[in-house]
This record gives sequence, C-alpha cells and structure tokens, in this order.
Amino acid sequence: MTGPYGLTVNGHRHEIADGWVGESLLFVLRERLGLPGSKNACEEGECGSCTVRLDDQLVCSCLVLAAAAADRSVTTVEGLSASHEADGLLSDVQQAFVDAGAVQCGFCTPGLLMAVDDLLNHYPDPDDLTVREAISGNLCRCTGYGRILDAVDRAASARREAQT
Amino acid sequence: MGRQHGGVTVTIARTLNAACEALAADPEALVLAGGTDLMVEINRGGRTVDDVVVIDRVPELQGWHREGDMLRLGATLTYAEMADPAFASLVPALAQAARTVGSPQIRAAGTIGGNLATASPAGDTLPVLAALDAEVEIRSHQGHRTVPLDEFVIGVKANALAPGELIAAIRVPVLDGPQEFLKVGPRNAMVISVASMALVVDRVGRTVRVGLGSVAPVPLRAIEAEVMIAARLDWAGGRSPTIHDVERFAELVADATRPIDDHRGSADYRRRSIEVLARRALIRAFGEPTP
Ligand SMILES: Cc1cc2nc3c(=O)[nH]c(=O)nc-3n(C[C@H](O)[C@H](O)[C@H](O)COP(=O)(O)OP(=O)(O)OC[C@H]3O[C@@H](n4cnc5c(N)ncnc54)[C@H](O)[C@@H]3O)c2cc1C
Ligand code: FES
Ligand code: FES
Repeated sequence: MTGPYGLTVNGHRHEIADGWVGESLLFVLRERLGLPGSKNACEEGECGSCTVRLDDQLVCSCLVLAAAAADRSVTTVEGLSASHEADGLLSDVQQAFVDAGAVQCGFCTPGLLMAVDDLLNHYPDPDDLTVREAISGNLCRCTGYGRILDAVDRAASARREAQT
Repeated sequence: MGRQHGGVTVTIARTLNAACEALAADPEALVLAGGTDLMVEINRGGRTVDDVVVIDRVPELQGWHREGDMLRLGATLTYAEMADPAFASLVPALAQAARTVGSPQIRAAGTIGGNLATASPAGDTLPVLAALDAEVEIRSHQGHRTVPLDEFVIGVKANALAPGELIAAIRVPVLDGPQEFLKVGPRNAMVISVASMALVVDRVGRTVRVGLGSVAPVPLRAIEAEVMIAARLDWAGGRSPTIHDVERFAELVADATRPIDDHRGSADYRRRSIEVLARRALIRAFGEPTP
C-alpha cells in the first residue's frame, strides 16, 4: 500500500489513498479516478493507447509508477476538450479525427489524439516524416493510418487558422 | 521524502544524498528512473514491489555537461535529451543510438542509466559506450567509485552494482572524428536490436574503435579489426580506405562476434548483419573505398 499522495489530473487535484505500490498511472486514472479515456492494451509501452502528458512530456501512463508521479500534473484525453466542454465542442484534433473518419474501433484514438496534440504544440506545420515519427509509438490495428495522417493535416490547418 | 504505508516506502529523492540514504536504509529497494524497463516487469507481475527509490527528480543526476575533454552524462539523461543537436554534435553515435530507441513516449522517459543498469545485450547505448571506453560513476551512502564499462556489464542483464549503490553518471570523451551507430531489426520503429554496431574515430589518437551489441552476452569490442584499420588508414592525407581494407575490416569485425540463435534471429544472421554494418559504417565514416 502507498499513499496518500496527490496528483493533478486535467487541472483537478486528487488525493490517492490506499493504492497498491506497484500500480501504474494508467490503472489509477482508469480504476481510481474514473477516467477511462486512456486505454489499456499492452501494459508494456508498445501500443501507445495509454498515452498522456505528464507535466510537459508525452509518456505511456502504463509505464509510470503512479506513486512516483506524486504532485505532478497529468493531462489525459478527457482534458483535451476541457476548454470547449461548456459548448459541447471537441478539441481541434478530436474534430479533425471525426471529420477525416480516422476512428474505427476507437481503441487507439485517445492515445493518438494526445500524440497529435503534442506534435502540433511543438510543430504547427509538420512535414510528413515528422508526423510519422510523432505517431510511431501509437499502434492502430484498424485504419491503416491513411485517414489518421489526413486527420493530422486537417488538425494542423485548423489550428494554424485559429491562430492567425 | 518517503511515504510509508504497510511497510513499503516510496521515496521520491530530491538530492543525490537523499537517494543514497534511502538506498542505505533498504539496500534491496528498487531504483526507479524512467520506468520503461521496470514497469514492464512490474505490470507482468514479474517483480515483487517493495521499497522504491525514485531518482527522476534528483538534479545531480540530470542532464549533461562538459568537463574538459570529457562529457559527464547524468544517469537520468533521457533519449530525447540525447537527440538534442548540441549533444549530438559532441557524441554523434550516442545521439544516433538514442534516436533509434522505442518511440517518442519511450524516449521521453527512458534514461541512459536505466539502459546501462538493465544491461540487456540489446541495450542500444551499450555498444556506443563500449566504443567510447565510457566510465561509470557509482555512488552509495559510503562514497563513490568509478568502473570502466567492460567491468560494469558483467553478463546478460547483470551489472557490477552492489546493494545500496546506484549509477550517478557516465563519462565519455569528446573526440575529433566521425562516429556512426547502426542497428538491424525487423522494422524501422520500436525495434529491439538483432545486431548493432558503433564506430568511433579518434583522429588525434589515430584510433578506430568498434563496439558491438546483441551479438554476445555483453557489449564487445572488435580489437583486431580496430588495430588493422587504424594501421591502414591514411590519417594525414585523408584518402579513403581501399576495397580490400574495407572487406578485411568487415570480416574481422564479424569474427569478433559471439552470437547465439534466439527468437529474434539466428547466430548466422547476426554475424552476417554485423559484417554488413561494419562495411557500411566504415564507408560512411571515410568515404567510398578506393580500388
Ligand atoms: C516499448 C519499448 C521500447 C523500447 N525500445 C528500446 C530500444 O529500442 N533500445 C533499447 O536499448 N531499449 C529499449 N527499451 C528499453 C528501455 O526503454 C531502456 O532500457 C531504458 O533506457 C531504460 O531506462 P529507464 O530509465 O526507463 O529504466 P527503469 O525502468 O527506471 O530502470 C531499469 C533498471 O535499471 C535500474 N536503474 C535505473 N536507473 C538506475 C541508476 N541510476 N542506478 C542504478 N540502477 C538504476 C532499475 O532499478 C531497473 O532495474 C524499450 C522499452 C520499451 C517499453
Ligand atoms: S497500454 Fe501503455 S503502451 Fe500499451
Ligand atoms: S481505430 Fe481501431 S485500433 Fe485504431
């Protein structure tokens, strides 16, 4: 058992008590904080479906020991649209995935949304290689990636337009 | 400081001393850096988790800096940080190796100290550190000691750390000369090396150093090949080596391997891969061979 320790998730502070010492951040998000957006598919860092932002780094939450992230700030896919929630809107990247038809079973989607959001924060106008590199840690078994790449293009243009 | 519950303590160390003290209190505690090796084991249920000492917030273990002709790499230096252009210009082979590791998510978290402590034959920084004759700075509550790389990695996933010790830093030289890191695996991203090789040239010392990965229980050097090619190179004139020299070099590098058959590749495939990588690395470093 560990704790209690604090985690800030999508801007909200949580106290985690009575956790098991070996549990991952992914487990805590899904099972203790009721945030099932981050998906659990491999628990070994291969698939990226559990991707979150920890402070300013994109990481696999299945590989983060939750207790070791004490007092850090986590952004999950639930936090992406937070600023639009009041209007019932999706974030630019989420909307682009819908528009491009880049979601099939949807299991990889939350991780990809986090990866693409992070990419566009760093590279507003990424070239093809940069995009492919940025999503190389996110596996999709359904789409074949064509529509995902299309969604990245759409999201990049939308964000550039919103900023000019 | 440590949070204790049910007899298990997770200590998030904020100083190197605090980390060493926590390890002195429980020498069997797990040291946790980026978690990219350790958490895979924990998630699989392959590790009982007792006390944990978290070292990713210890300033003395972070980043890198230059000390004269050497670089001091903090144990928690990440792959993402090693890919940085300023770092890459000083130790290109290490930056190249870092870029091939895992995915952006893995490179943001995984550290050089974790790679070294794990001591997997496929660890991608290991052949580079072998070629650079890296030194490992080990710390404990008692003090510190420095161990050369070939005495640090002592077997498959076995290192020379005693209970209560941790890796504080790794020292590598800044050399004048080309460097290459090449690896072979089944695809382009997220690949564990089937065979890997680092080539490091020291124009001042007139040496060529070759480190090999995934072809023996520990990272290897190809001493015969190194000596042979150093003697044949036109150090003053800069003329590229002859086809014959390149072929001989590749053969000697392949002879230095001690590969095994496993699920990732056969011993023959590994030997052959290294021969191809050796030829390619030498040509990249010195140009197309002369007849
Ligand atoms: C999806 C995926 C892909 C990967 N791809 C690659 C790859 O391409 N190439 C490659 O080489 N590796 C790869 N790895 C393995 C791993 O990312 C690296 O070995 C990484 O460098 C481990 O560092 P870490 O900080 O995450 O270690 P951790 O998991 O924190 O620790 C690993 C081990 O080292 C010990 N340790 C860590 N730091 C210290 C220290 N300073 N002193 C003493 N002991 C310490 C820990 O106790 C533990 O036993 C991959 C892993 C995953 C999950
Ligand atoms: S569940 Fe974390 S990478 Fe697959
Ligand atoms: S949509 Fe099914 S895995 Fe990507």
